[in-house]
Amino acid sequence: MNNDLLFDFAVDKAAKTILITREFNAELSLVWDAFTKQEILDQWGAPAPMRCRTKYMNFEVGGRRFYAMISPDGQERWAVQEFTSITPKTNFKMYNAFADKDENRQLPGSEWDYNFSEQNGITKVTISIFNESLERMEALADGFRKGYTEMLTYLDDLLAKLSDKQ
Amino acid sequence: MKQDIFQAIADPTRRAILALIAIQALTPNAMADKFDMSRQAVSKHIKVLHECELIKPEHSGREIYYHFNAKKMQEFDHWLAQFRRNWETQFMQLDEVLLTMKKEKK
Repeated sequence: MNNDLLFDFAVDKAAKTILITREFNAELSLVWDAFTKQEILDQWGAPAPMRCRTKYMNFEVGGRRFYAMISPDGQERWAVQEFTSITPKTNFKMYNAFADKDENRQLPGSEWDYNFSEQNGITKVTISIFNESLERMEALADGFRKGYTEMLTYLDDLLAKLSDKQ
Repeated sequence: MKQDIFQAIADPTRRAILALIAIQALTPNAMADKFDMSRQAVSKHIKVLHECELIKPEHSGREIYYHFNAKKMQEFDHWLAQFRRNWETQFMQLDEVLLTMKKEKK
């Protein structure tokens, strides 16, 4: 793996914005597909051991992606992304909000702005996330933490059962 | 309703109040003097900061001193660090996916 690839994570608390920049060792068209096609998004769209499953995705202005983050014990946390602007292979914007399993959104959500550019075969992606409510974002992290804790509990149980058998 | 920490620190006066009481606990009257504000305006800011637990009151005789609650800021920073790690993990997963895509293309 190339370790010289840039990763930058900056927070502007006053502007309620998080800015993430990352370079990828691949051409722009591949990276664009990885961010905008559901079958590829589902391969990397949640940090392991969580996984991500897209129920449907219409990548067009006004279209939506309805997807779930799934924890190791199978708990699903649904969210809706609504695409508000698309400039192919350059930029797209979306509005992300949590939802129930019937796609009813819990507002407010957050505004995401993705920028893509390529130089010498390296593609740079910049993501800016604007949040009106911090509690909403913390809920997201809690979901992750819960997933990890449950996985560890599950592992404890499993190990306990295995050692009982011995 | 509980206040959002982002809302609380988005206001420049409240950021200034936080910066000041991080150094030294102050009474509402002392804050009003330092910022040349009415007692009423100070009370409003205190209410917001207190509701999101960024400041803590401490009674000393008949006076109330407000302290900076560093723990609350740390909680937020801790959460951000987690959010950052999640992205790092996801991007490493994406590196792998891209590698596979490149091989398939050839």
